[in-house]
Amino acid sequence: MNHNIMLPAPYRILGVTKETKAEYTFRVACDVETRHGQFFQLSIPKVGEAPISVSARGEGYLEFTIRKVGRLTDGVFGLAAGDTLFMRGPYGTSWPLDEFRHKDLALIAGGTGLAPLRSTLRHFADHPGEVRSLHLIAGFKDLDSVLFAEDLARFREAFHTIATLDGAAAPGFEAGMVTAHIHKIPFASFEDYNVAVVGPPVMMRFVAQELEDLGVPDEKIWVSFERKMSCAVGKCGHCKIDETYVCLEGPVFNYTKARGLLD
Amino acid sequence: MGYRMSLPGLDRVMAALGETYDIYAPTASDRGEAPQIRYGRVESARQIELGGQSADSPKSVVFPPLQTMFRFEGGRFEESAADGRGRILFARPCDVNGILRLDRIFLENGGRREYFYDRLRQKLKIFLIECLEGFEGCFCASVGANQADCYDVALRLGGGDVLAAVKNPDFEPFFRACEPCDFTPGSLRGNAKTVRLPAFDDGDLPGIHALPLWGEAAENCVGCGSCNAVCISCSCFDTTDVLYDEKGLSGERRRAWAGCMQEDFALVAGGGNVRKDAADRMRFKVLHKVHGFHRRFGAGHMCVGCGRCDARCPEDISFSGTVDKLAEALKNES
Repeated sequence: MNHNIMLPAPYRILGVTKETKAEYTFRVACDVETRHGQFFQLSIPKVGEAPISVSARGEGYLEFTIRKVGRLTDGVFGLAAGDTLFMRGPYGTSWPLDEFRHKDLALIAGGTGLAPLRSTLRHFADHPGEVRSLHLIAGFKDLDSVLFAEDLARFREAFHTIATLDGAAAPGFEAGMVTAHIHKIPFASFEDYNVAVVGPPVMMRFVAQELEDLGVPDEKIWVSFERKMSCAVGKCGHCKIDETYVCLEGPVFNYTKARGLLD
Repeated sequence: MGYRMSLPGLDRVMAALGETYDIYAPTASDRGEAPQIRYGRVESARQIELGGQSADSPKSVVFPPLQTMFRFEGGRFEESAADGRGRILFARPCDVNGILRLDRIFLENGGRREYFYDRLRQKLKIFLIECLEGFEGCFCASVGANQADCYDVALRLGGGDVLAAVKNPDFEPFFRACEPCDFTPGSLRGNAKTVRLPAFDDGDLPGIHALPLWGEAAENCVGCGSCNAVCISCSCFDTTDVLYDEKGLSGERRRAWAGCMQEDFALVAGGGNVRKDAADRMRFKVLHKVHGFHRRFGAGHMCVGCGRCDARCPEDISFSGTVDKLAEALKNES
């Protein structure tokens, strides 16, 4: 009989970081090779499995940032260092780092959309010569929703960073949605560049519209889709859009493909 | 090799088969409110009910509605035990083609075979029921699913003597006592009902999404998912963990059929839903059944034209009628 592609394996939790009231980052002992932007199916105690993107990776570990949504996911937030987390992966496509290298790069994230971009941001912060410039726009609902505060401080030093809050401005944060700040990215001065966008579907649609208005061609835009997935291996059907399976052909898509993906 | 036998002769064949196999066929059921034909275990030819279409599809034989995948305890996940017996399925061409659609998803999509489907599928033997006339409401010929070559044995039932075409040599010994004859199953030429299939390119999709017919079709949809449940080619599922203890450290992971017409089908944990209303879900289902699947696999439409979804809908919403209206709308546009 073939290998069971739905069988999860146990991994030890090395530590838990409370990012916000609703978001926790779990560091898991894992030396499985991953590419930036890929995801795992995590077994959430008392719930089942959910697709969670790798929010950071390091020597012998991976990190996953999980959002507490309702009563159901509470179980996972009771886990601590030393506990076991079951998961399987990695799955899906990744950010095209080879395409990003030696060009200008703009990364636009809404809320937890920063998580799937975080390992890429860390990579370029560690290897500053690999991109010509990096512009980051990270949008959050409010100050209490700000994720990865330490990383953000580092990104502010390493990159052209705009952090913004949906409501009123605060020290270090502009006011307004990410779309209100995209025009500040100096696309006209770039020779060649890419833009990566992650956030809720509505946010990504408006960002893509704004980018188009600014004359950014579709082929320079990359997005990552979040969809419900029970299997992540092309069987359960939840993430399908027409003939495309987000778990198999995504979650990272070039916008030439993504713009035609109508749920 | 072809064989002729009386109904008692088929009974003797089935009795011998029953020693090795569980046999599933459409049979009279009193499980519903009124007597109806459903798929179930049978032991004799008399139990096979051919006077109408079964209310359910036979997909549960390879893809049970609820299935324990793993049991977990003490930090270990273990696969559920497999039922060791082989299964014989008596099925008409539409349903046989439907199982081939399930194979595409579970055994081919993503380049990897899905273990729990695979282990049931490998034990499945198909006894094709020749179907020359169909039933009210079915439209297999419109979607090219009126013929099925993928069978172990094909049978002509329901008209006096039984004729059998044995394709899989493993089954020859069971029929050796029968009178040899020439028999090749025929196929239905055309159903009473025909459905026009829409022809379009991906570029037409935004316009298709905007058509009013989705809202009109789904106006009364209650999101029960009955259409998905009875569909032979609907393969979607949810997984959930059922717990034996409060801490959630021991329990089982189950999967259950899921339907794209149910409101929460595309709902993500954060509460976002990419298909918020029944019109969106109807459009999604129709386009998957007569466009997306074929686009991906190039092996015919996912819909095999059994018409059970139309028969089962509590609100009389017509899938086939919606496909037909889409074809009409696109014809008008071009």
